[in-house]
Amino acid sequence: MNTLEKSVKLKRPESLKPARHLYCPGCGHGIIHRLIAEVVDELDIREKTIGIAPVGCAVFAYDYFNFDVSEAAHGRPPAVATGIKRVLPDRIVFTYQGDGDLAAIGTAEIIHTANRGENITVIFVNNANYGMTGGQMAPTTLLNQKTLTTPSGRDVARDGYPLKVCELLSSLEGVKFLARCAVNKPANVIQTKKLIKKAFQYQIENKGFSLVEILSMCPVNWELKPVDACKWIDETMSKTFPLGIFKE
Amino acid sequence: MSKRVLIQGNIALCEGAISAGCEAYFGYPITPQNEVSAYMSKRMPELGRVFLQSESELSAINMVFGVAVTGKRAMTSSSSPGISLMQEGISYLAGCELPCVIANITRGGPGLGNISGAQSDYFQAVKGGGHGDYKMITLAPSTVQEMYDLTAIAFDLADKYRNPVMILSDGYLGQMMEPIEIQNSKFKIQNYSKDWVLDGCKGREPRKIRSLLMGEGELEEFNWKLDKKYKEIKKNEVRFEEYKTEDAEFLIVAFGISARICKSTIEMTRKDGLKVGLIRPITLWPFPEDVIRERSKKVKKVLTVEMNLGQMLEDVKLAVNGVVQVEFLGKPGGTIFTPEEIYEHIRKIC
Repeated sequence: MNTLEKSVKLKRPESLKPARHLYCPGCGHGIIHRLIAEVVDELDIREKTIGIAPVGCAVFAYDYFNFDVSEAAHGRPPAVATGIKRVLPDRIVFTYQGDGDLAAIGTAEIIHTANRGENITVIFVNNANYGMTGGQMAPTTLLNQKTLTTPSGRDVARDGYPLKVCELLSSLEGVKFLARCAVNKPANVIQTKKLIKKAFQYQIENKGFSLVEILSMCPVNWELKPVDACKWIDETMSKTFPLGIFKE
Repeated sequence: MSKRVLIQGNIALCEGAISAGCEAYFGYPITPQNEVSAYMSKRMPELGRVFLQSESELSAINMVFGVAVTGKRAMTSSSSPGISLMQEGISYLAGCELPCVIANITRGGPGLGNISGAQSDYFQAVKGGGHGDYKMITLAPSTVQEMYDLTAIAFDLADKYRNPVMILSDGYLGQMMEPIEIQNSKFKIQNYSKDWVLDGCKGREPRKIRSLLMGEGELEEFNWKLDKKYKEIKKNEVRFEEYKTEDAEFLIVAFGISARICKSTIEMTRKDGLKVGLIRPITLWPFPEDVIRERSKKVKKVLTVEMNLGQMLEDVKLAVNGVVQVEFLGKPGGTIFTPEEIYEHIRKIC
């Protein structure tokens, strides 16, 4: 096989624009964008998909995805998605949210959108910190994890516990598909793609609310080398946030 | 075909929205506008349209944002504390140039205040309650008829300028019942260009809706573009009512519920031979500054009457620009004037 054939095999999904990402080296967002784009292509829904970008590292998602994308205020993507889906029920609507957006400022929106069983898909990227603003403590920050605002580590007496979104949402009857995965190694990347695809399929089949939580590397703010950041997900982060399917 | 019905202000607001093709309503309970969501929860599904009770006013305004993104017409309503919660969303709607209608059935404030009608959210509506340089078209009905008419007009203005529009009413007007003409044919739904909406990129290039402009000079350029739009709105959309101003020696400026009380006062003063006239701004933004300036040149004094501590007063003073003295009569805290007390005040100052 020559190089050209290889490059054709790895060609960019149509759902991804030929744009240069602004993500940091070793960041997981690029992988997740690509997986979503591949799934949207494979399900042949690009022309009826509307994405909602968050406030956070993925705020420029509309510059990377090659389908319609709207901005939303911090934490409000599920409410915006609700508005869109209610008036355009035959479109595929998904939100792309980080842990600050979804699990802190947007807690009310995600819980109630899930509880209504809104027929949308949520891609929830958990990297255990506020990446865009320089690495502050997020609701998902692990106990003892050092961040910009927990310089001596997250202290349970002061900051409480890491918020486990899948465990929290699993008690809601409106939630139909709920899974946690990671993009830190090839096997997990393949599994993540399967779960994203399944979540979108749930929406296509009008089954109700679907959410995929993805543990994603943030080597710059974790102050780890990219390879070590991948290892940290396996060795540390997934102990607090175990991978698996919570509901289907 | 025109129909005469006895109807409550809050219900007239709903019917006005429905006549204008409002396809989705979102709201969170708050007094004194609960009739709106109760009525919409029945009427909208009957018409095959969307009603949804949101978990908060934050969500309500962002659900409206979602519908606006698709180019369809959406409305939310609330009262003062709830409208405060919506300010973030309103700023984003303005920044993304999205059309929608927001009704504030104002109650007394600050804080939880009380549940009677008030006019103390004037600043919040017309000076930009949210962050950033933006303007919201603000319509102030003073009758139940106008609760219907102006709500219908609001949807057209929103689409025409891709801008949020507020109906700034109050608890008295919301709760009041009056006979009105319901005439759906009066408001032909205008079809404005929707070449910006997100509805799936079938047969076209993908679109994005955003207010984040990080490139050098990008946001400045966008703000100047907004400024141009706002100037266009100021040029085209100023609405007001003049009442007995032709021969007036004293001029009252009042909006909404206060203005109709002032009309009763004017009847009383004219019996005494005191020639008082009224300018009632219908658009609080854009503010009818030209007509106030012109009329103020021919009177001895201007009196602003508001159910607050003096908010529109500032715009009246700017319009009058020192030509004559501008007096103020205010009533805060959700209490309403009697025509007599305004009359007594006029007797004192004139």
